[in-house]
Amino acid sequence: MTVLEERPELQQRLRPRRVTPRKRDRSPITWVRRGGLTTLLLALPMILVFAAYSWWPILQAIWMSFQKTNLITYQFVGIDNFIAVLNDPVLGIAVVNTLYFAVLALIFGFPLPILMAVLMSEVRKLKGFYSALAYLPVIVPPVVAVLLWTVFYKASPTGVFNTILGWVGIPPQPWIQDATQAMPSLVLEATWAAAGGSIIIYLAALLAVPPELYDAAEVDGAGIWRKIWHVTLPQLRGVIFVMLILQVIATAQVFLEPYLFTSGGPNNSTVTVLLLIFRYAFEGSLGGKYGQATALSLMLAIFLALASFVYFKVTQKWSTN
Amino acid sequence: MKSPTKVIAIAAAFATVASLAACSTGGSDGKLELRVATFPPGADQAAYDAFAVQEEQFEKENPNIDIIGVEYEWKAPTFTAQLAAGSLPDVFTVPFTDAKTLLENGQLADVTKEVTDLGYADKFNPIILDAVKDADGNIFGFPRQAYALGLQYNRDLFEQAGLDPDSPPTTWEEVREYAKQIAEKTGKAGYATMTKGATGGWQLTAQSVTRGGVMQDGTTSTIDNDGTKATLQYFHDLRWEDNSMGDNFLLDWGGINQEFAAGNIGMYTSGSDLYTALVRDFSLDPAVYGLTTIPVEEGGNVLGGGDIAVIPPTVTDDVKAAAVKWIDWYYMQKLLTEDGAVRDAKALADADQAVGTPVLPVLDEETEAQRLKWIEPYVNVPREQMKGFFDGIVNQTPVGEPKLHTQEIYQILDNVVQAVLTDQNADIDALLAQANKDAQALIDG
Repeated sequence: MTVLEERPELQQRLRPRRVTPRKRDRSPITWVRRGGLTTLLLALPMILVFAAYSWWPILQAIWMSFQKTNLITYQFVGIDNFIAVLNDPVLGIAVVNTLYFAVLALIFGFPLPILMAVLMSEVRKLKGFYSALAYLPVIVPPVVAVLLWTVFYKASPTGVFNTILGWVGIPPQPWIQDATQAMPSLVLEATWAAAGGSIIIYLAALLAVPPELYDAAEVDGAGIWRKIWHVTLPQLRGVIFVMLILQVIATAQVFLEPYLFTSGGPNNSTVTVLLLIFRYAFEGSLGGKYGQATALSLMLAIFLALASFVYFKVTQKWSTN
Repeated sequence: MKSPTKVIAIAAAFATVASLAACSTGGSDGKLELRVATFPPGADQAAYDAFAVQEEQFEKENPNIDIIGVEYEWKAPTFTAQLAAGSLPDVFTVPFTDAKTLLENGQLADVTKEVTDLGYADKFNPIILDAVKDADGNIFGFPRQAYALGLQYNRDLFEQAGLDPDSPPTTWEEVREYAKQIAEKTGKAGYATMTKGATGGWQLTAQSVTRGGVMQDGTTSTIDNDGTKATLQYFHDLRWEDNSMGDNFLLDWGGINQEFAAGNIGMYTSGSDLYTALVRDFSLDPAVYGLTTIPVEEGGNVLGGGDIAVIPPTVTDDVKAAAVKWIDWYYMQKLLTEDGAVRDAKALADADQAVGTPVLPVLDEETEAQRLKWIEPYVNVPREQMKGFFDGIVNQTPVGEPKLHTQEIYQILDNVVQAVLTDQNADIDALLAQANKDAQALIDG
């Protein structure tokens, strides 16, 4: 005799029930009763703030990209701004520089946090201390970090990095004073500043890897590197794919480092697309090119949106295997 | 469902809205509020003390106007943001070249009537007044101060290098020798030049002009002239052969002033009126400051510049009238009347602010000579340290900056200067040819 046969009232309670609400259950009144209105009211301040400071300026920017303006009067000019931007010789340089920055950041700055996270997860004691240490550069305000690194990058033989290089016999480098070394110098600082955040995320993701997989790999005779390649990385696949596209979007919009370190120099070697937008709006011919600045912003936004869409479509099959 | 927290929240929201509404009304007891530009961020307190004295004096003579001093620095992003938000001061200053762009874009108020009504429209130096006129001859501002380019030098570094601070260089060759000596004996940059933020092009133009090079001829761009070529070759030689230009080549106006005030630069070219800003905003020790004329070669000239006091076009008529009163009182009267000059000089001197910085007259020569006599008892800048400039400037006639697309062309030239200073193998001729092409495209397009 089963429990259900002995206790018929239990059977009654456990009978299958209809769970989807009937049509008359979904009305505005039930929505309010269920707490929908309170939710909306709670979210309203945030919605208003976002609308005023995020969405409305975006709409304004789209509208401004079709105008010629001095911020006092506005004149509709169709797609003239877009054509002017596309004809600008510096745009080509900016796009190439931005790609260069993104590729360098990808090659050097993307594997590094994964590696660091894997190493840190193997550590027995002081895990918290190492995490804090890794995250410290992220806490430093970006402007302060750049000014600090400007001092480090001083090109004289007595500059901080040049002194350190001197200890191992390498001659002093010009760092940001040289057109070929400027961009890699910027990438170095940007990686240092941003790695901590990624490390923390990967550390958390690593906790979700079942330890039995490592044991199984060990049994099959895998050393540490093969374990990382065959167990850790595939398990982190989802996180890695998302971090990858986030990094690409972020590096495509790099502005702070070129602006503060070199203002786009030497000789336009560190001009990026965002810096070009800034220049259109605020430098050179003052009060002229707000239309072109917003036009370029719009083109960049559309490009990144399309790239993300294609990226997610392509990696859909890979990440959910 | 009335819960205490809900009631408190609603009450707090109401109070916030009410207080916001209260603090947005301006103009207490019927006075007209006039927001005027004062000093850049970083100016010392004494400057503000002097301004407070002058503010009181003006308000006594004009009881209906309430002057509100606003910290102000001419920077394109700040100007743009303030213009868009409508929060520009009602009176502010703009350099000549930028003023031309602004008035062509309709971003300055037309003050032709006010200037002519005040009666001194014809007292202005016509070349200078031309910088603030549009094509139809309407005036858009009050030129308040002009300067010529000069060679700033650090007397202390001169002494350390074994040079006599009272005999500064008079030719470009001497500048080169002195720079080399300073670099060798002290390890600091003997000579430096601005390179970014459109100041690179500005200084390149200034130094080309002294060698007879002109950047524009009517509507033709002439960047690839001999004077500019010689200037760039000079930079190349000092940088790569003598190694006397230090190791930082990304300098704008603020950056180079900072380095100079910190004692890292021996000589550089900039405006003759720089002393005020160097001491007030960059904490330069007045004892180390030296100024002489920029070396001018045969057939060369000196570049001049200046700034003007302007009013945004969006102000109401009574604010505009008040603004013109303030401009006249604060900027103009000290140039025209003994009372004005003495009053201003006294207020500044009492607060240890610079009186007697070398400037060029915006009005005519006799008015300027008279003004100098009036303020003589109050002069407190070390004019003996600027003897080179005062003696030499009488023989130099300043010329204006290029007229067309000035700031954009300066930005193009920034890159040329940066390339020459950071790339030993930079091809000067090719760079100039390309820059000329780009500049001509701007002028034509």
